[in-house]
Amino acid sequence: MMTGFVALYIFLMAAIAGYEIVARVPVILHTPLMSGSNFVHGIVLVGAMMVLAEAQGSLQVSVGFVGVVMATSNVVGGYVSTERMLEMFHGKEKK
Amino acid sequence: MGHSLTSFPLQASYFIATLLLVLGLKRMGSPRTARNGIVWAGVGMLLATVVTLAYLPGVWNFTERGSWHRLVLILIALAAGAIPAWWSGRRVPLTEMPQMVAIYNGLGGGAAAAIAAVEIYSGRAYLGSLAFPVIAVTGALIGTVAFGGSIVAFLKLQGWMGSPRISGRHVINGILSLIVLLLTIANIFPSWVPAFGLSISSLVGVFLVTSLILGIIVTLPIGGADMPVVISTYNACIGLAVGFEGFVVQNPAMIIAGTIVGAAGTLLTILMAKAMNRSFMNVWFSGFGDVAAVAATGGPARVMNSMDARDAAATMAYSEDIIVVPGYGLAVAQAQHKLWELVQMLQKRGVKVRFAVHPVAGRMPGHMSVLLAEAGVPYDLIYDLEEINSDFANADISLVIGANDVVNPAARSDKSSPIYGMPILNADQAKQVLVIKRGTGAGFSGIQNELFFGANTHMVFGDAQDVIAKMISGLKEL
Repeated sequence: MMTGFVALYIFLMAAIAGYEIVARVPVILHTPLMSGSNFVHGIVLVGAMMVLAEAQGSLQVSVGFVGVVMATSNVVGGYVSTERMLEMFHGKEKK
Repeated sequence: MGHSLTSFPLQASYFIATLLLVLGLKRMGSPRTARNGIVWAGVGMLLATVVTLAYLPGVWNFTERGSWHRLVLILIALAAGAIPAWWSGRRVPLTEMPQMVAIYNGLGGGAAAAIAAVEIYSGRAYLGSLAFPVIAVTGALIGTVAFGGSIVAFLKLQGWMGSPRISGRHVINGILSLIVLLLTIANIFPSWVPAFGLSISSLVGVFLVTSLILGIIVTLPIGGADMPVVISTYNACIGLAVGFEGFVVQNPAMIIAGTIVGAAGTLLTILMAKAMNRSFMNVWFSGFGDVAAVAATGGPARVMNSMDARDAAATMAYSEDIIVVPGYGLAVAQAQHKLWELVQMLQKRGVKVRFAVHPVAGRMPGHMSVLLAEAGVPYDLIYDLEEINSDFANADISLVIGANDVVNPAARSDKSSPIYGMPILNADQAKQVLVIKRGTGAGFSGIQNELFFGANTHMVFGDAQDVIAKMISGLKEL
């Protein structure tokens, strides 16, 4: 169980790491990188599955079900679109 | 709280998965490593998903009657999400990718809100300190607003929705924001509101629907040209929402991956806005159309010189140095393959042909490079703005295809123009300018373009695909 401050430190470090990751990205990668980071927040799927597994009653189960469906679309759609965009950079390093 | 995922293999797998997601994202930031970056992140995601599924409490109990029903339900949900997303993601042409990113992104925000809703319904969100309901409800708010906004972004880029000017929208926004704020507080302290005769489940429902409407209304007036910045902003928001819900369900992978996307996405949004010469505040708090509408009305109508596609082809065949400036019109017409065919024919005749790609050519930064690469154009023929801009003056022909604002000389000289100061390609400095354009209308920003009226400019009117096909057959007949 994470206490508030441990979570706050993790939050802070992750925010700095995220900032550093895109600090020097060439413009041609902006769109693929946005798509890639969209895929990464698809990790929400693990939370959605945990919640659906323990949901009680039809209301919780239906909302949990919709959550898993939406999260899976985020993951799969995010992966496919990023992969397709980045495919274009294959073997085309500049000069 | 109450989700106990404490076993060692599970925690270790989450650790590795998180590492892969973060390193994968890092690798996506450099052209050389970008392609395997998404694979790293993909492996991380797969690991996290499989391990979570394997350790889900209760669902693997096959001896007790009915408990595996839940497992089947989860598998159905996974399939129901995965199959349409896979199908649409594979099938959609690359030109329509930006709106697909918007919708997949928005669904992630919806998922974060769904997690919060179940945690609130079950009462788990209220078991610990006050931090839990605050973070759960705030995450749901951010995720839902971003979901609503992403739907609008999708509809706009898909061309199914314009930018309606709602009179008094600031008042509507204000009132709606106030209602959402009250509902947010009510959800954090649900014991305060039994007086209204609302149950907690309907309170959550009203809260989510209102937040969704707020997201829609806020995004409605923003013009299509600014959608990349909008989508990127919502991407960052949803990352944050996922990080928040990660705290609520005590899942470190969600906290770290979500927060990193939140921070990376925020910076990426600012960089994108800068590349498009738009400020973040401008996009969100004024409409592009406000300024442009004024600019478009000024000035008397003048005549453009037009030229037949075959004549244009002949002109190009007997020139020596051509610079092609591709724009959104090329992407819309899906003419990148035909264009490459034309360019190869010109090259066979000994014409030097290069491509000048503006950072924001297409609909999003970097979009045009992707489209040209898809058509097979070698990377060393594609030049950035800084690399090629001084060469226009020596070029025989600049061939502008469906580009407008990125070659508008007003950006250099006209201080009153809304695009003043934006770096542009100096296509007007070539000895001759050929412009393939569908009609005489103004560009995406609504601004008239001096270039089209230039003495050395000839317009070749028509859909890029048709015009280039005619040019190819024109070349064959020479």
